[in-house]
Amino acid sequence: MDSGLICVSLFTSEGVGIWIASILTLAIYSFLYRDNPIYRFSESLLIGISVGFLLVTTFDTTLLPKAFEPVGKGIIGISESGGINSFAIFVWILIPVVLGFLMFTRFVPRYAWMSRVALALYIGFGAGASIPANMQSYILRQIDATIRPFLNIDSFWSLVNALIVLVGLISTLFYFFFSKEQKGAFGKITRLGTFYLMIFFGATFGYTVMARISLLIGRLTFLMKDWLGLIS
Amino acid sequence: MKCFFLITSFLTFLFPQAFAFELNVSDQPNDDGTRLAIRWDPLPPDELRPIDPESYLLLRSEESDGEYIQVDIVSSLDPSREKIDEKLTEGQPYFYKLVYSDSAISWESNVAGPVAPEENWYNTARTNVLIGIIITAAFVGWFIILGKKGKSLYLRPIAGLNAMDEAIGRATEMGKPILYSSGRGKMERPASIASMNILGSVAEKVASYGTPLIFPNNDPVVTAVAQEVAREGYTKAGHVDRYDPDNIYFVTDSQFGYAAAVDGIMIRERPATNLFFGTFEAESLILAETGNSIGAIQIAGTDSSIQMAFFIVACDFVLIGEELFAASGYLSGDPQVVGTLKGSDYLKVIIIILILFGAVVGLLNQEWFVNLFLTA
Repeated sequence: MDSGLICVSLFTSEGVGIWIASILTLAIYSFLYRDNPIYRFSESLLIGISVGFLLVTTFDTTLLPKAFEPVGKGIIGISESGGINSFAIFVWILIPVVLGFLMFTRFVPRYAWMSRVALALYIGFGAGASIPANMQSYILRQIDATIRPFLNIDSFWSLVNALIVLVGLISTLFYFFFSKEQKGAFGKITRLGTFYLMIFFGATFGYTVMARISLLIGRLTFLMKDWLGLIS
Repeated sequence: MKCFFLITSFLTFLFPQAFAFELNVSDQPNDDGTRLAIRWDPLPPDELRPIDPESYLLLRSEESDGEYIQVDIVSSLDPSREKIDEKLTEGQPYFYKLVYSDSAISWESNVAGPVAPEENWYNTARTNVLIGIIITAAFVGWFIILGKKGKSLYLRPIAGLNAMDEAIGRATEMGKPILYSSGRGKMERPASIASMNILGSVAEKVASYGTPLIFPNNDPVVTAVAQEVAREGYTKAGHVDRYDPDNIYFVTDSQFGYAAAVDGIMIRERPATNLFFGTFEAESLILAETGNSIGAIQIAGTDSSIQMAFFIVACDFVLIGEELFAASGYLSGDPQVVGTLKGSDYLKVIIIILILFGAVVGLLNQEWFVNLFLTA
């Protein structure tokens, strides 16, 4: 480790970026002390830049390739070749584009109800499409993963392991059973489910905190190495 | 070695079936019409047995005597003896062959094909998913019908929800706003839909008390839906005049930009109650910690299993996992939502029975039952 403070040069294109990133990092961290104008400035800057970035990327990656260009090509296709096929393709392109633009009717209170059509379709399709995926990943695969180990019991401890998972899954499922009050024998099973849940929360808390600390270390390394040059 | 090739060539001429190396190509089932499956006999072929090459080239062409391009390098040790060629054009016939060449010898397999990939409308490997959905739909539908007929459907009390009235009342008494957040979930996510159901009930209550409701948003579509839902809540309470659409607004879709904005709002507006219902990611602890530091009473509910731990340590009440979905039925009393919950309860009973039966059958080494739950 170097003992001297050797800040990165401000007079290079890379150096300017590092200086700005470092100062903004410190500005955001200043919130740890209290709310202050420097934090408010960096907060507004972050929000403004992210919204601007969202606008540009939405135009470049969604509106242009998925709306404007296909509609333009559709119009050219109809005018050049004509025919029912070109028109049918054009209509298929136009339907989602029109639905998307219906969202803008929210700006005109009189026609704002039209945006509900687009919202209803969007939410209905999204929720419906997620049903098979949820059935597959949250139910069938979980059942498979719980009972498959029983096929390969080759020792006492592998049986114990499979039973721990089995008991945990069943007691936790009972905890999320809402049609019966958690009393008596049923309550004891759900209490066991609560213990399993708490073990899970403790494990995920520790694991995620470790990940967050590694993020902090990354930021501190950036400040101390790339900016201040304290670490070689 | 030349002698060996002469002998094998002669024998192959006499008994072609016995010595012929076979390369086969077929349509890959249950796909979107962009894949073909190429399979081959054990390698090496008899002609190459003395040198036993480690690898061969798998080539593809759109015409049998056209130009072939390399698809993959096939290892002679590959036990699957299969390659799935992907990103093909539906309806376009393809030809394949395996080749090997070095300075001494050049070998080509038979040309397999033509086979064109076909799109399959029904994925037979997911029949179990279909059956599961039908069973779930039957339960849910049945309980929705019962609920609509007026049958009382019991739901056990949930501690976090019992505290909701207290939290709203506290904000009213203190003359401070309530902050609501649905996190980072897109509108089609079940947690976001449940969050909107809860928002409707909360809006109805705050409208009666005249307490401001602030809802900074991370997604423009969620913003639009939240505005509609909140307006409906205020209308139901008979105070649509108190509804201020400017209190429900889009901030940014950036995760930490959103976290920074909501933190700033909390510090400046000092809400007495924070309600976090929806899908949350790494911003959960940042939001909940800031809310805790300003002394707000906090109730949270999320389907994000990892974030629940953070809410548990920083919030006063937490709805764990499916309790979030129960909350929307509990608060709204809507027979459709309550019916869905009752239906899913009975589905859980079936799942538990299947798991217990599966464990016993698994111990008896009956793999067929366990395989019923495999999905592609």
